[in-house]
Amino acid sequence: MVSKLQVPLTVAAYKSDVHNDWCPGCGDFGILQALQQALAELGLPPWETMVFGGIGCSGKVFNYMACYGVHTLHGRVLPFAMGAKLANPDLEVIAVGGDGDGYGIGAGHFVHAGRRNVDMAYIVLNNEVYGLTKGQASPTLDRGQQTKSLPLPNINDGIKPLALALVTGYTWIGRSYAFDGKHLKEMIKQAIEHKGMALLDIIQPCPTYNDLHTAEWFNKKVKEEEKSVSKLVTVEELKHDGVIKDPTNRDEVFEKQRKAFDLIQYRGERIPIGVFYQIKLPTYIERMQSQVPMLKKYSPVRIPYADANHLPTTDLTDAFEEITF
Amino acid sequence: MKVVNEVSWMIGGPQGSGVDSSATLFAQACATAGLWIFGKREYHSNIKGKHSYFQVRVSNQPIHSHVDDVHILATFEETTAKLHAGEIVKTGALIYDPTKIKLDDLDLKSGVITLPIDFNLVLRQVAEETGVEYSKLSIMRNTIAVAASFALLRVEIESLEKTLERMYTGKKSKLVAMNMTAVQKAYRAVEILPEELHAQFPYHLVPNNNTPKRLLINGATATALGKLKGGCRYQTYYPISPATDESVYLESHNQYGCAVVQCEDEIAAINMAIGAATTGVRASTSTSGPGFSLMQEGLGWAGMNEVPVVVFDYQRGGPSTGLPTRHEQGDLMFSLFGGHGDYPRLVFSPGSIADHFRLAFESFNYAEKFQTPVIVLNDKFLANSTQTILPFKENDLVIERGHLATEDDLKNAKSEGRGFPRFQPDVKSGISSRPLPGVEGGHYWMTGDEHDDYGHITENPENRKKMHEKRMKKYELILQQIPLDRQFSIHGIPNADITLVSWGTMFGALMDVLPALKEKNINANFINIRMLSPFPSAKVAAFLKSSKKLVLLEHNYSMQLGQLIRLHTGILITSRISKYTGRPMSLNEIVSATEKIFNGEVQEEKDETLDASIERVVLTYGL
Ligand SMILES: Cc1ncc(C[n+]2csc(CCOP(=O)(O)OP(=O)(O)O)c2C)c(N)n1
Ligand code: SF4
Ligand SMILES: [Mg+2]
Repeated sequence: MVSKLQVPLTVAAYKSDVHNDWCPGCGDFGILQALQQALAELGLPPWETMVFGGIGCSGKVFNYMACYGVHTLHGRVLPFAMGAKLANPDLEVIAVGGDGDGYGIGAGHFVHAGRRNVDMAYIVLNNEVYGLTKGQASPTLDRGQQTKSLPLPNINDGIKPLALALVTGYTWIGRSYAFDGKHLKEMIKQAIEHKGMALLDIIQPCPTYNDLHTAEWFNKKVKEEEKSVSKLVTVEELKHDGVIKDPTNRDEVFEKQRKAFDLIQYRGERIPIGVFYQIKLPTYIERMQSQVPMLKKYSPVRIPYADANHLPTTDLTDAFEEITF
Repeated sequence: MKVVNEVSWMIGGPQGSGVDSSATLFAQACATAGLWIFGKREYHSNIKGKHSYFQVRVSNQPIHSHVDDVHILATFEETTAKLHAGEIVKTGALIYDPTKIKLDDLDLKSGVITLPIDFNLVLRQVAEETGVEYSKLSIMRNTIAVAASFALLRVEIESLEKTLERMYTGKKSKLVAMNMTAVQKAYRAVEILPEELHAQFPYHLVPNNNTPKRLLINGATATALGKLKGGCRYQTYYPISPATDESVYLESHNQYGCAVVQCEDEIAAINMAIGAATTGVRASTSTSGPGFSLMQEGLGWAGMNEVPVVVFDYQRGGPSTGLPTRHEQGDLMFSLFGGHGDYPRLVFSPGSIADHFRLAFESFNYAEKFQTPVIVLNDKFLANSTQTILPFKENDLVIERGHLATEDDLKNAKSEGRGFPRFQPDVKSGISSRPLPGVEGGHYWMTGDEHDDYGHITENPENRKKMHEKRMKKYELILQQIPLDRQFSIHGIPNADITLVSWGTMFGALMDVLPALKEKNINANFINIRMLSPFPSAKVAAFLKSSKKLVLLEHNYSMQLGQLIRLHTGILITSRISKYTGRPMSLNEIVSATEKIFNGEVQEEKDETLDASIERVVLTYGL
């Protein structure tokens, strides 16, 4: 079990003294700040919190935080993070990566993480480009679009990561926006608090390379039914409640999945944000515990295997018995 | 006629037809009778239908190798008979099904006893007596083949019965009586043969009640057990022959609490194991060549971040998917140089099955003591070979966790308030203090980028030099701190006429080769190099220089250990015995090749790539 501090720390306690080298105006700043606030408000002890990062501008979030921070390999943030969480479920494990990292090179891991439902939050900073390698198209950029660095318009279709999450088994699926601090912090808190695998896709303006979808673009009012409305719209405003009340009720599950799938797609001019879907299913650790009884008593990292004199204590008598003649 | 208390027995058939289970029954029954076994398994990368065979060598003395000779071939199927009949020695026997196999089609040596058994007839009789449907009995042809062999070897029926009782318990126990009905019929079919025929057959297994308790075990199981004893509680894998058996063993023996995760690919497997290892659990993954190739980026990361992780590479024929179910020692150079950039890695290869257990245990100590990845190269040959061995020596095993952060380390870091200086190089031991996540004062950062003491990215050239040197200097620590007998071992007499040089699972055969050469008046000894990285250059060079004639033996084309020895010692071994057919060298092959080299019967050839004249024997025996 992850523990909580009796007396919460200030946001400052979650900041490292490392110089930040993101471009001015980058959406990552908003996300870092919201994450630090969320951890402080949840009262998570920094020494029991491990933030894993992918490779990319987005992968550096961990570097600016005071907790265990792990900069992994390009596309591999999920295997690293899942390994740590399964070995020591008492740690609060959070994975943060880019859209290229998670939906491109790491797409295989993305799919299979859904099947496992490890109890952790996966936060993807979606800027539709490969920021750190100077702006190539990421897997979420739509066909026909041409961001600043592209010599020719993109000829691949963009993937819909939240829809992919829905069909691969993620049990909490949400979207937020880098510069809507209040909504974002709430979403991060919910993703962390959810017992299971949570995917939070964050729309992240990259002022340096994504000149199509900038902060100004997201701020522009749009027309809907003759009215001028904001581009981003919460699922609450759209009267969607994606939380499954009874996971064994197939009708409820299918109905909410269908609605979530519908909402996840861009609807006309507006972009919905919020929680599209949530269901409570056994976590991977619970599934392992049901098969390996010792894991109910100890997490893998705490199973004793040596005594005070460093002598191994694993007694293999039973196993030897099977093969002794 | 001299009675021989030893036999080399072979059974073959299409994959999936029960070849493995008959070999298991044969081997277990011999083990029950107090005898010693070495069983070698050969099979295609196929599930059903392709030819596979199992050769079990039995002796009243401990044995560590297989031989080319076949003394009994038992088969109910034409392909096996055609392929292997020629391997039966002239004093041997063929047990066959006359309704399937025509003797005229086989190239049998004269003198081979042929023993026809109509397998289907026996099955029909069993069906009648037991009331079980005939069509459900076909798998019992294997029992008949084993029983007929046992009758010919004059082993009492009890050891088979005891073995069947041990195999089939609980719900399956009714199978014992059914199988025993078949066993009796097979015994009867052999017993009624003319007395002269029996008298002519010299192989006669005599049970021994005084043999000490032994394990009947293969390399994969020994590895799994060593890992458990060593505290491994987190294993990842992606299915691949011949590595999978180990992970399946760990998963099925869940009483020890090892969390086994089947991953989506080997990239996930290595990185998940590394992620787990950062928390302090002893974590490992097992794979084979193609998967090991995929793991290289992750291994470099673990080297850079000084994470103790253990990888077993079950070598098989390469490159690419190569020979998926066949033997080769072809990954040595790759394991030493795989991945971009320099990082320290320990590379070991176990010699015997017992050494698989020991090395699996030790590897976690080394990984934690030196805070870097440990790679163990084992292979298909011993992973799949069953052998009787004495119980593992366990009383000298000690768990060493290396430099974990102390209370003081943590207190200091907390009071400084900048995080934990996890990678600080200016420590006397050469190894930095490692806190495990979850303790106050312990938090630090990890990154595959070059980093400072705390794990923050920096491209500062002085820091780069300092950190890189700290990591790479571990090689010197390892050479100093790992006992010499764990680095390499020398067997046989000093000042021998000939010194065999090898590594890995050639060990067993070479241990049997030494006495066999002695019988031919060749005084040989043998050096087994167990630690391949860092290479024990000085000590190995001194020994090689003091030897009279060196002969290098390896299961790969390019003689990778030879390259490594030349790289580290400047010594070029010009007499070479190699095999790269995917089949392991047998005892006889090695003995006769060594003899040829010793007697100067091998022609020297110029090898342009080595710029030297080489005596090379390339072995090819075996299907
Ligand atoms: C195996 C590998 N291939 C390529 C790279 C180069 N690389 C670094 S970051 C990156 C793309 C990052 O894009 P994204 O994940 O969207 O992160 P962003 O920078 O946009 O936040 C690439 C291709 C790498 N580090 N490793
Ligand atoms: S390139 Fe884009 S994503 Fe990267 S730091 Fe600059 S603005 Fe942010
Ligand atoms: Mg991106």
